[in-house]
Amino acid sequence: MASYTLKVRRYQPESGEGPYWEEFDVDLDPSLSVLDGILQAKDRDDGSLSVRCSCRAAICGSCGMKINGQSGLGCKTQIGEAHEAANRRNGGSEPIVVEPMGNMPVIKDLITDMESTHWEKIRRITPWLLPHGDPPEREYVVEPESMIDITQSMACIQCGACVSSCLSMEADPDFIGPAALAKAYRFVGDPRDGETVERLHDLANDPHGIYDCTHCFSCIDACPKGVAPMDQIMRLRRKAGEEGIEDVNNGDNHVNAFVKMIEKKGTNDEALLIQESYAPGVKGKLKPTKAAIKGLTESLPTVLRAIKTGKARSLSKLIPGIHPKLPDGAQDEVKAIYKHAEEHREEFNIYIKGEDDVEPEPDETATEEKV
Amino acid sequence: MKLAYWPGCVSRGFTSELHGSMALVAERLGIELVELDRANCCGAGIIAEHNQELADTLNARTFALAQQTGLAMMNICSTCQGAQSECQQRLDADSSYRAHINEVLSGQGLSYEKGKDGFTNKNFLWLLVEDYGLDQLAEKVVRPLSGLRVGPFYGCYVVRPKERLGYDEFPERDLYLEKVIEALGGEVIEYDGARKCCGFPVITMNRETSLRQAGTHVGDALDAGADCLVTPCPLCHLNLDMQQPEAAKVVNRDLGLAVLHLPQLVGLALGAEPKQLGMSKHIASTGWVEERLASSVPA
Repeated sequence: MASYTLKVRRYQPESGEGPYWEEFDVDLDPSLSVLDGILQAKDRDDGSLSVRCSCRAAICGSCGMKINGQSGLGCKTQIGEAHEAANRRNGGSEPIVVEPMGNMPVIKDLITDMESTHWEKIRRITPWLLPHGDPPEREYVVEPESMIDITQSMACIQCGACVSSCLSMEADPDFIGPAALAKAYRFVGDPRDGETVERLHDLANDPHGIYDCTHCFSCIDACPKGVAPMDQIMRLRRKAGEEGIEDVNNGDNHVNAFVKMIEKKGTNDEALLIQESYAPGVKGKLKPTKAAIKGLTESLPTVLRAIKTGKARSLSKLIPGIHPKLPDGAQDEVKAIYKHAEEHREEFNIYIKGEDDVEPEPDETATEEKV
Repeated sequence: MKLAYWPGCVSRGFTSELHGSMALVAERLGIELVELDRANCCGAGIIAEHNQELADTLNARTFALAQQTGLAMMNICSTCQGAQSECQQRLDADSSYRAHINEVLSGQGLSYEKGKDGFTNKNFLWLLVEDYGLDQLAEKVVRPLSGLRVGPFYGCYVVRPKERLGYDEFPERDLYLEKVIEALGGEVIEYDGARKCCGFPVITMNRETSLRQAGTHVGDALDAGADCLVTPCPLCHLNLDMQQPEAAKVVNRDLGLAVLHLPQLVGLALGAEPKQLGMSKHIASTGWVEERLASSVPA
């Protein structure tokens, strides 16, 4: 048994007052959960302290919240660990900070309105199978191997922790978001679905779709089930690219420009990347994309400022294509890698395949000598 | 200390002041850098988005080149760290996958071997704290950054996902910037954006989302009283510094906050002049930082 202080962000709409902080002292074993602590405070100190919860075992996904700023489940976070996390920087006796989930309106205390931000976005991606042709007489028959690919996204329990943590949604509330897009991959990757390409077109061309993710990994750390929503978004982008979908957000053009540039130059040729992203050269003729004129015009003041301070005052940073290749045959090695990898395109998913290797035995003395 | 050094692309492109200041700081710290000049771009997560095997093989090649030197590897870019760690995690997970990747490398006389000679690839920030040591760093300080209020800005790729980035072994990696600022004699400013996203990855795809992120974090740091930000990520620098005037328009407020690369902040404390560290190339003026430091007397 140990004593902890929970600092809870409270909001009681019927009071007519704004949100406020309140501290509760609780006594429980460090291995018990933050949710257990909240329920003890509710039981002992204030019955009006409101939290949504049910299974208390990370199965139902009801108790999403922020603990010390980190989104997750209250029932899956041990209170002893939460206390240590709260005191990592300053030491001593800082309270454990508990807040309702982010990116969602708060209804009362730790209870958020998931309808307007989470469920509406889930419905946005058509979360059911759209098979083509007449249904089979009995059940659909699929190879088990073909379903393994989507088991990771199927593990989602709809708790909303990823939505709460999403840094893109913080800047753009219209972003479809990690939970809904991970769910979209669950159908895009399902061999029974007949509208994969249409789904990809839809999600790639939505200005708040797959190309609105800033690749910040927050959802990966927030998810209590290892769904890694950002990885699923990247797989949607990969599939959209394989289908050759040219989107209004210039997403696939940018990827293609980057990939081709490294094959040619080995390192980033910034001038070439900007030009190729907006106006891919086809056999010497420029082919401006829909976003080209807008994008290039918007970039112009930034480039001019960079020339002024000397940041971009060399020719290779201004003229596409004169950036040097890698030296002494190294560029040919890169090209050989491209040839091999573009033929195979193997995708290794640790979630599914696991890690077969045992931990290496690092030769610590050798490292120390060298470092 | 001698290291295999991967500077990355951006540090030799639009943030060439980073490459230059790292060279200067390494010399003053007594670190010898062996530059991997045959190595290729890490892919910045974009190549993996297109073809995972391609990204894994390209980075296996870089690791193999580093292993040939027999030295530990260092990078100076959060994005390189994150993209390379992602590929390394897959390569280290499965011996048959590694063998498949090494097939093409063997034709080039290269091979990536898991854990060979205790192989590590660390960002300069990690290396400074874990291997060089904060005490030794503090001993080298000739101009303590007293009175300078510095906001840390990490860049997502050295903070998340924790499970991939060695946080089991080094749980305080997301506190290192604070520790370095303090070791150099500066004052840490706490603000909301330190571990958030700068928005750079979507600058060509959703400009407004991207610039709103950059503008919000710079504004929050200003409100908290920061004299400057410091970042170990040149891509964050592009959005926070190079795009700062554009970000100001999106968040509809005046900004104007200097953003320093990590080696520049270290360099100032080691007595280097702002001009030697390429600070005049920045878009957001570093004049205020220089004024602050001028008022503190060199030891």
